[in-house]
Amino acid sequence: MNTPTSTPILSLKNVVKHFDISGGLLEKLHFTDGRLGLQSTIVQAVNGVDFDILEGETLSVVGESGCGKSTLARCVVGLHKPNSGEIYFRGERIDHLNPKAMMPYRARMQMVFQDPYSSLNPRMTVQKTLEEPLKFHNPGIRNGEIKDRIDEVMEQVGVDPLWALRYPHEFSGGQRQRVSIARALMVDPAFIVADEPISALDVSVQAQILNLLMETQAKRGLSYMFISHDLSVVRHISNRVAVMYLGKLCELTDSESLYNTPRHPYTKALLSAIPQLGVKKSHIRLKGEVPSPINLPTGCIFHGRCPYADERCIREIPEVRDCGTGIVACHRVEEGSL
Amino acid sequence: MEPILDIKNLDVKFALRTGTVTAIDNLSLSLAKGERLGIVGESGAGKSVMGFSIINLIRKPGYIANGSIYFRGEEISRYSEEEIRAIRGNRISTIFQDPMMALNPVLTIGTQMTEAILAHMDMTQEEAERIALEKLAKVHIPAPEKRLNQYPHEFSGGMRQRIIIAISLLTDPDLIIADEPTTALDVTIQAEIMDLLIELCESEGMSLILITHDLGVVSEVTERIAVMYAGRVIETGPTEAIIKNPQHPYTQGLLKALPESRTPGEPLYQIPGMMPTLTDIPPGCAFNPRCPMRGEICITKRPEAAFADEHTGHMAACHLVSGDLAS
Ligand SMILES: Nc1ncnc2c1ncn2[C@@H]1O[C@H](COP(=O)(O)OP(=O)(O)OP(=O)(O)O)[C@@H](O)[C@H]1O
Ligand SMILES: Nc1ncnc2c1ncn2[C@@H]1O[C@H](COP(=O)(O)OP(=O)(O)O)[C@@H](O)[C@H]1O
Ligand code: SF4
Ligand code: SF4
Ligand SMILES: [Mg+2]
Ligand SMILES: [Mg+2]
Repeated sequence: MNTPTSTPILSLKNVVKHFDISGGLLEKLHFTDGRLGLQSTIVQAVNGVDFDILEGETLSVVGESGCGKSTLARCVVGLHKPNSGEIYFRGERIDHLNPKAMMPYRARMQMVFQDPYSSLNPRMTVQKTLEEPLKFHNPGIRNGEIKDRIDEVMEQVGVDPLWALRYPHEFSGGQRQRVSIARALMVDPAFIVADEPISALDVSVQAQILNLLMETQAKRGLSYMFISHDLSVVRHISNRVAVMYLGKLCELTDSESLYNTPRHPYTKALLSAIPQLGVKKSHIRLKGEVPSPINLPTGCIFHGRCPYADERCIREIPEVRDCGTGIVACHRVEEGSL
Repeated sequence: MEPILDIKNLDVKFALRTGTVTAIDNLSLSLAKGERLGIVGESGAGKSVMGFSIINLIRKPGYIANGSIYFRGEEISRYSEEEIRAIRGNRISTIFQDPMMALNPVLTIGTQMTEAILAHMDMTQEEAERIALEKLAKVHIPAPEKRLNQYPHEFSGGMRQRIIIAISLLTDPDLIIADEPTTALDVTIQAEIMDLLIELCESEGMSLILITHDLGVVSEVTERIAVMYAGRVIETGPTEAIIKNPQHPYTQGLLKALPESRTPGEPLYQIPGMMPTLTDIPPGCAFNPRCPMRGEICITKRPEAAFADEHTGHMAACHLVSGDLAS
């Protein structure tokens, strides 16, 4: 396993990202109490998230679909500007930078996406796909150097460099995902955000891509932010795991503690739902549905579905607190009754 | 006991411009009343084609080239389109991956449900509505009376999939074929849907064919598993035997490749190579180019299914199991 340091490569401080989906002025007009007013519809995708990712570590983010994982990832690599909060890369604040000032950081932070079919340009050969980021970040680089770099990286991800002139449709899903990873590695990044990189792949191909990610990390000392809904995969490759619900952090702990002794009621429910080979176990059934991120619940955002919710949970937002092995945001854990 | 479904030596082919390919190759399977069978295998193994062929939904250029399918003793593979329509969506229901695709976005849930009932049963609108309500309650939709007047987009993904299940239950079918019913859903919702399917099979005596690539899910839900590779069933038997004591090298590889079978952080087992495409299935054993146990005979002779355990019906199509190859 990789050995992370204790220095953060990336720090998130109270990051908030909301989307205004109200449309034009006319759609915002509403009558309330006989008066005409403007009303916006806001999707509260990420609601104040704080954590560090350490040099050399894999931090995974898990949670139900729509809980804000991808939005957070996009904020981190600068594809979204947060509404508030701060993001630091190796101690330098990057969230407010203009595209030009962001350029040097873009090269150090790369993103790999879920769908190896749509994330590669179908009209570009593998060579073109790979040289584009290199030329962009190193204007004036010599052709020989580009060629060497492509050969080196293709070999590293296990795709024969002789295939550099082929197009994406000539590759299988697993090979395409290798090319996406190769593209991320071209500019020698320090940090990679991988958003569901193996979800579209078959079991045997998943194993190949996970091995490639782990191997590359060991060789290059990379840090990963890894997003996946497959909790067995997350357990396998993560040093620490962050559990999100409705745009907030519920719990963040080292992987073994999280899987062995989950503290937050939502984490418990999530882990009990993982089907386990050869075990017929009972699942914690949550009541109700995930509320809409347009109207967030009061107090603890999980209170409507939590089997332990009480009066305080409905009124008061739980603070994120240290619980020994990690951090948890839950009144009952804080009070010591869970 | 007579099986509810019995598939014998089924071949399904696709007539392509470049030649005819075999998507299902000599497949035999049977399913008892109330039994839950899992079909597993990687993408392109033929799982969905098999599911579609049971209800005769193979469309051109595909066709059933050989074999028979018996349902409750009747050879339904010989039925005309009209005859099969009386069975499809009535005695045999299907649930597919994407719940949005199966629902009509412009009709209320109530309209869609009553129409589905009236298409197969001779009854009044009121009676149909009563059945719709009963089935919605059965899949644990709260306040079903209110829900009847809502449109599909007003439900969450998990609720939509539960509504599809409610629709598939309307006619009290004998068999449900569920093709990756939870792949698009979150784990918590997946767990809920799987619990629901088990509950329904147990309380209604329904049989289930669950098609999935997720070995964890089949191991929780099913009693028997058939593993498919390149259009053939290469191993079949009780779920527990297949998970704990797999006999075919491909099944062994699939299980070994799962993160659960290694310590966190260790490299995962990789099955070498890739699943062959239908146009170049290797002679002999289709798995031989990837098999770590391969022998001389595997390259020339195709292995037939042989018993690993006659008592439990655990079988595998591998020369190691038949004894033609020493391990
Ligand atoms: N209309 C068609 N024309 C030609 N070949 C087809 C057609 N439909 C399916 N096939 C082929 O039949 C084989 C089995 O397909 P099928 O969809 O059953 O696989 P599967 O195991 O269910 O895969 P997945 O998990 O991706 O859905 C594949 O090789 C596929 O390419
Ligand atoms: N560009 C956008 N415009 C409006 N809403 C968005 C946008 N991107 C994401 N959202 C909303 O933000 C929430 C979180 O989305 P996302 O981060 O993509 O979730 P996931 O955890 O599945 O990756 C969802 O409610 C989603 O609909
Ligand atoms: S704060 Fe209350 S509602 Fe929230 S998770 Fe803890 S017990 Fe449940
Ligand atoms: S028949 Fe031979 S090649 Fe095929 S799985 Fe068995 S040992 Fe491997
Ligand atoms: Mg996402
Ligand atoms: Mg399929």
